[in-house]
Amino acid sequence: MKKLSIRNIDQGAIMKLNKILKNTLLIVLACFALTACATSKKTTGQMQGDVYTGTDTVEYLASGVPDRVFFATNESVLTTASRETLRKQAAYLRKNSKITVVLEGHADERGTREYNLALGERRANAAKDYLMTYGISSDRISVLSYGKERPVDSGSNPLAWSKNRRSVTVKAN
Amino acid sequence: MKIFIKIIIFLIIIPSKSFSLIEVDITRGNLAPLPIAVSPLSIDENSRQNFEKILKKKNIGDEISKIIEVNLKTSGLFNPLNKDAFLQAPDIANLKPRFEDWNLIKAQALITGKVSYKDEKLRVEFRLWDVLAGKEMVALAFTTVPTNWRRVGHIITDKVYQRLTGEKGYFDTRIIYVAEEGPKTKRIKKLAIMDQDGANNKFLTLGNELVLTPRFNPTSQMVTYLSYFRNLPRVYLLDIETGMQEVVGDFPGMTFAPRFSPDGKKIIMSFAKDGNSEIYTMDLENRIVEKITNHPSIDTSPSFSPDGKFICFNSDRSGYQQIYVMKSDGSNVKRISFGKGLYGTPVWSPRGDLIAFTKLHKGKFYIGVMRTDGSGERLLTENFYQEAPSWSPNGRVLIFYRETKTDDKGEGFSAKLWSIDLTGYNERMVKTPTDASDPSWSSLLSN
Repeated sequence: MKKLSIRNIDQGAIMKLNKILKNTLLIVLACFALTACATSKKTTGQMQGDVYTGTDTVEYLASGVPDRVFFATNESVLTTASRETLRKQAAYLRKNSKITVVLEGHADERGTREYNLALGERRANAAKDYLMTYGISSDRISVLSYGKERPVDSGSNPLAWSKNRRSVTVKAN
Repeated sequence: MKIFIKIIIFLIIIPSKSFSLIEVDITRGNLAPLPIAVSPLSIDENSRQNFEKILKKKNIGDEISKIIEVNLKTSGLFNPLNKDAFLQAPDIANLKPRFEDWNLIKAQALITGKVSYKDEKLRVEFRLWDVLAGKEMVALAFTTVPTNWRRVGHIITDKVYQRLTGEKGYFDTRIIYVAEEGPKTKRIKKLAIMDQDGANNKFLTLGNELVLTPRFNPTSQMVTYLSYFRNLPRVYLLDIETGMQEVVGDFPGMTFAPRFSPDGKKIIMSFAKDGNSEIYTMDLENRIVEKITNHPSIDTSPSFSPDGKFICFNSDRSGYQQIYVMKSDGSNVKRISFGKGLYGTPVWSPRGDLIAFTKLHKGKFYIGVMRTDGSGERLLTENFYQEAPSWSPNGRVLIFYRETKTDDKGEGFSAKLWSIDLTGYNERMVKTPTDASDPSWSSLLSN
């Protein structure tokens, strides 16, 4: 029975590994260069840090009441702009006391599915907590996480991801 | 829905006593797959005609040997030789191979066999030979209903694999996964199941509601998964045999990330409420629920060790997603991932010694394995996006899914299943009729 000598395999594997390492290094360097360009070009004026500040996908619950807030990567902290939006929503809900809402939490595609489901839930709850501090009863708010299952922008770039990291307030009745 | 017809196996031929020399080492990347000749299973004319009538296959002997060949080739450990070079006729080879002839075409192992029609059943016998030693290594016969013919091919492959590698095979198995269609923003997802080689694909749900993360019970053909039925994300249980579904995680919040305990009696899952995800178990018999973790961070993606004593899971209690291990009662929580980047989807190997995971580092996703104490991290494959490894029942192969980057217009998206050897070699796309994600490998259907 013929057997491959162990040395042969090792040398082959090491040579291959070296090649792979060299190639990945080049790819990684290229990626750095590319992403650096991409982020600086595409995001001008529409992102602050990596939080979306544009109005592309935003819909309105009523005139002047945006339906969604955006988050930084991996974060569920509300930004100043988000808090302003939620105060407008709270005022609108106080005026229209029969309306109930679902807060739909979402994540971008750059995370594992299950963690993103949990993250979406955490984001929607951050919005819920803020609405509650402005006088909206928790009975009127339910929370639903979609994780990364329902992006609004199907792009695979930082701007698209920033639009997808969101909590959307949807009228339930 | 009666998918499972019990296979009847009679082991009638005396197992071989020969001390053979052929051995396939599966612990390292196999750069020289073992040359093996799969002689077409011989069949008499009467049996051939009967099976042609029943199964609409011209020569069922040829079909079964094709399955064996594809399985062996896909494993990456074997190199099935071209049949055109075979010198000996199948029926004669099965009686007594002329080893010089097989040696001449460089075959080191030889599979021969015979198919016959008996009392409306399919009877298959096969033999595995060591060509150089000139000895029989395995001889077995199976009798089953004719429609089980593909499974016979898989079972024969399992026996050959086991005899030559010393470990159980993974060919008589199935994969449950999520079939995907439509644009990324309005993706339609259905549960689907297929044989390990992609045959017999079936959709199990209609696509009316979002379904995610189906996982097999390691001891039976039950599946647990997440469904958004009526927009309430809940953990469900599905009996593949009967098609019965029931909700098991009906708590006031979202339940997700389900898996079975190794004995199949409990489901472990995440329950999220008020922005906090914790890990719970539910006993399927008495429905007793136990809270396992207690921490304000996200705790999800739990997976039991095969002895049921430990749980690995995903938590961001350190600030970012990392992998932790704890005792099954929730005590002794220890972080085990300390490399650069984020770690998710830990899943304990059925062999017990390794944990497979997804790692995100500098914009790339990796599938890797580490020992259960976190040492010996090894990354097997790198890509733009991939996640959710699931182990073959023998712990030698991982199946996972990979998504492509969309172009500037947000188009060109696809998701496919891939498999890779634990060694990091033999990466292959697993063909599915639609796009696919979230694969879960069943245990062996028969032993």
